Amino acid sequence: MTVTAAFFYLFATITVASGFMVIASRNPVQSVLFLILAFVNAAGLFLMMGAEFLAMILVIVYVGAVAVLFLFVTMMLDVDFAELRQGFLQYLPFGALIGVVFFLEITLVIGAYIIDPALVRSPSVPIPSPDIMTNTEALGQVLYTRYFYFFQAAGLILLVAMIGAIVLTLRDRVGVRRQNISVQNARTAQDVQVRKVPFRQGL
Amino acid sequence: MVIGLSHYLTVAALLFTLGVFGIFLNRKNVIVILMSVELILLAVNINMVAFSTHMNDIVGQVFALLILTVAAAEAAIGLAILVVFYRNRGSIAVEDVNMMRG
Repeated sequence: MTVTAAFFYLFATITVASGFMVIASRNPVQSVLFLILAFVNAAGLFLMMGAEFLAMILVIVYVGAVAVLFLFVTMMLDVDFAELRQGFLQYLPFGALIGVVFFLEITLVIGAYIIDPALVRSPSVPIPSPDIMTNTEALGQVLYTRYFYFFQAAGLILLVAMIGAIVLTLRDRVGVRRQNISVQNARTAQDVQVRKVPFRQGL
Repeated sequence: MVIGLSHYLTVAALLFTLGVFGIFLNRKNVIVILMSVELILLAVNINMVAFSTHMNDIVGQVFALLILTVAAAEAAIGLAILVVFYRNRGSIAVEDVNMMRG
């Protein structure tokens, strides 16, 4: 039990601390790296809660795809981030006030909740024991049957997001020599010249 | 000391608050705002999985998976819009987003 608590506090502390560094870091690249750290430690928390599949998905999809996408975009845009941070402290009191009030409200809710015991006793789809079935298998047996339409909707959302991202960022550049396959194939033997190029002189 | 539901909910509440706080703090930098939204969605996911474990009900994990999907789509679209905006304006400051004012 002590080991569990130690690991929980380890993961929780690092998650929250790196979450803080995401918003407080001076350099956005460092922010993304702290976001990755937060995700990895949140995956640790998921593992402790017994959601192994989601933990692995978090590492693979979030760290492997989403965070790397953030990293690409942050490094690709040539932005003066120092200028963007001007007036950073201007909103600090307001933001801090809202943050503190918000956190107090949530803590009040957490401190006072009561879950109806009947709900705990009658789950709609109980989690099977890990001895019988792995978490991934259990999730799949629900996701592909009861929540099949949700699964399809998720796929549709991803498809729309993919098409949207491509349509948004695709552009026709002028002055770029593209390969034109039909022109290439229509060439005859006369069009092609083989020349002997003198050494160190060029054509 | 038993690690229960409240512990996980507290972590999620802290992360959520940090996300909201980040949106207020970095009002100019769209990238950090997008990252704050990711933090908020992560907090929601932690809540979902914590309740799923506590209630012994796997449906919470199914919905956490769906939230993950939507978050990935949102990040992709958001960053694509950001790239297009940067190409047009040469800046990613939120204050410059006023082209549609007419």
